[in-house]
This record gives sequence, structure tokens and C-alpha cells, in this order.
Amino acid sequence: MKQKLITILALLLLGASFSVYASPAKDRAALIKYYKKILPDIKFHDYIYGALAMNPDAKAQYDDIMSFPPYGIDLDKGKSMWETPFKNGKKFSSCFKHGGKNVAGNYPYFDNTAGHVVTFENAINACLKKNGEAELEYGGKQMGLLTAYARSLSDGMKVNVKVKGKAALAAYEKGKKYYYKRNGQLNFSCASCHVQSAGKFIRSDQLSMMIGQASHWPEFRGGTKITTLQDRFKQCQKNMRAKPLKANSEDYNNLEYFVTYMSNGLPMQTPVFRK
Amino acid sequence: MAEAMKMRATMEGDVVDVKVLIQHPMDTGLMKDKKTGKLIPAHFINMVVATLNGKTVIDAQWGVGIAQNPFIGFRIKGGKPGDKVAVHAVDNLGTKFDGEVVVA
Repeated sequence: MKQKLITILALLLLGASFSVYASPAKDRAALIKYYKKILPDIKFHDYIYGALAMNPDAKAQYDDIMSFPPYGIDLDKGKSMWETPFKNGKKFSSCFKHGGKNVAGNYPYFDNTAGHVVTFENAINACLKKNGEAELEYGGKQMGLLTAYARSLSDGMKVNVKVKGKAALAAYEKGKKYYYKRNGQLNFSCASCHVQSAGKFIRSDQLSMMIGQASHWPEFRGGTKITTLQDRFKQCQKNMRAKPLKANSEDYNNLEYFVTYMSNGLPMQTPVFRK
Repeated sequence: MAEAMKMRATMEGDVVDVKVLIQHPMDTGLMKDKKTGKLIPAHFINMVVATLNGKTVIDAQWGVGIAQNPFIGFRIKGGKPGDKVAVHAVDNLGTKFDGEVVVA
């Protein structure tokens, strides 16, 4: 009897240790498997198109728009911001590896010394601060246009977010918790729509899947309105009748960390058109 | 102001598909500046002429009912690759916008 109890206890402990250390890679694999099951017609590399991948007509319209995008002039503004030297003569490209080419896919990453998630926008502002310039407002138009161009330098790069170490895993778990937490008057979580109901209609629009949602930001909604990923979080939360947080808040950065990790392995494309 | 206009012309079957984007505020003259409360003076494009190899194919008179940064799309019959499509626009203050593109 005593032996039996010990065996059960040992088994329980083993089970507990397994559930605590569910790894991000396992989470991602499980989600991909789930999406394959509920959306069998959509291939993995088409996940970057989100809801467009479910609707050939919408995708054709999108391709037509992208061949001559209406935001061309706005993107040029971002380009001139990126290339204008600071007062000390340096440029943004001095703050990033390879002059800013093929780096954006590594963001957001977890900074172990600072103990928090660093988004690409954080890196831009850190660069401005280092060179004695005024920082840009998070979620502002200037930041949007600048990052739209800066991230476009990494087009084609695979999203490559790493979760390494205990603190990084904790930030990832916080982001995951936020994604699955119900909030707002409609009592929705992010996952209610984008995991459980992906591919279903919400009024006249289909819901996109979570994987691939983070590879193409910022986007120009309606062709001209620059929208960063965290702006989109806010819009989603408004639709859920929840109170949106501020851009660059810890919760949003953790959420961005989690959502971007899930898009690992998909090619970056910035900026894009969305309606 | 060359950078104020973006153009693209491609063959689609036997017609030339032209797309033009002009950077312009298109102020109607009826809107107020939120900070000062004063009317923003009218400033809009009122004439657009498109040509294929110098021959006019579109001659349009515009008003204020067109949004900021106008996007124009049209198709021309009888064009071929290598032809030149030019667009000339003038606004009510006399500013001229010119763009030219070779059909691809």
C-alpha cells in the first residue's frame, strides 16, 4: 500500500513537472497542427496573408493593389526619415547590424540584463536617445512610417524570435496568458476569435489565424492609415469592448513577443495593404 | 516636383493599364484648422491631362470632391510596350505636376 502511494506521488510529480515546462516550440507545433486540422486547404507559407488566404477574390484584389501600392508616397517619407543623419552625423543604420538589413525578424527579443522584452520600436528609440535626439511617440505616425521603411529592409527574412532562459520564458508565458485571457464586456480573449474561430465569419469578414499575424507590420489599413502591431491590439480590444492598454506597455510588449514567436519561420513582408 | 507623382504603366492584353498616385492635400476650402479655428484655403487639383506619345487620351476637370493624395487608374487602347504615357496636372494655385512613364 505504501509503495503504491509513493508510485502515485512520483507519477504526479512527474506530470506536474511536464506541465510546468511546456515549451514554446511545443505550443507552436500544437497550434500549427490545430490550424492544419480546421483549415486544411491553407498552406503554411500562406498564413502570412491571414484572412486573405481564405478568400481568393480578396487575395486577387490584394495582389492588384500591392503591384502599385497607394502608400508609396508615405513609404518615401519613412525612407527619408531613416536616411536623414542625426545632428552628430550618424544615421539610424549605425545602430543596427548590417546597416539595418535583415535584422527586424529578430525583434522582439528578451534583454536579460534589462529584464524585459525589447521591441523594434524600443530599439529605434534607444538609437535616438544614444545619439542625443528626441524619442518618437510609440504608436505615433512618425514611428509608424519610420518602422514601415526600416522593417522593409528585412523583407524576405524569416521571423526568428528566440525564447531562451527562465526570464524570457516568463515573459513569453505572460504574453501567452494575455492572449488567452478573457476581457472586455463581450468576454472574449484574443484566442476566442483567432484560435477557436479562425476562418469563421465575423459579420462579413473572416477571422485570421494567429500564426502569420506578426510578420507584416506596420500595415497601411485602407491604403493610407499607418497601423503598427500594437495599434492593432488596441483596435481588437476596442472591438471586444475592452479597455485598450497604452502602446509599449509591458503587457503589450509581452503579447507582441508571444504572437511574433508564433510566426517564426514565416517570411517578413513590410509594409502591406489591409482593408 | 517629380517625387510628388508616382506612375506605373503595364500591358494588360492589348490595352495599357496606367496607375497614377499624386501627392496633394486636396483641401476643399470648407474645413477648419482644428487649432486656430480658421478656414483652410482651398487647394485642389482642377485639371488632369494624360497623353500617350503626346496625343491626349484624357482631359479631365476636377473639383474638390476628390480625396487627399488622389489615385487615378485608367486603360488606353492602342498602346504598345515602349510607348510613353505622360500625366500633367495643375492645381488651383497654379502648381504643376508632371509625370512620365514608359509602358512595360
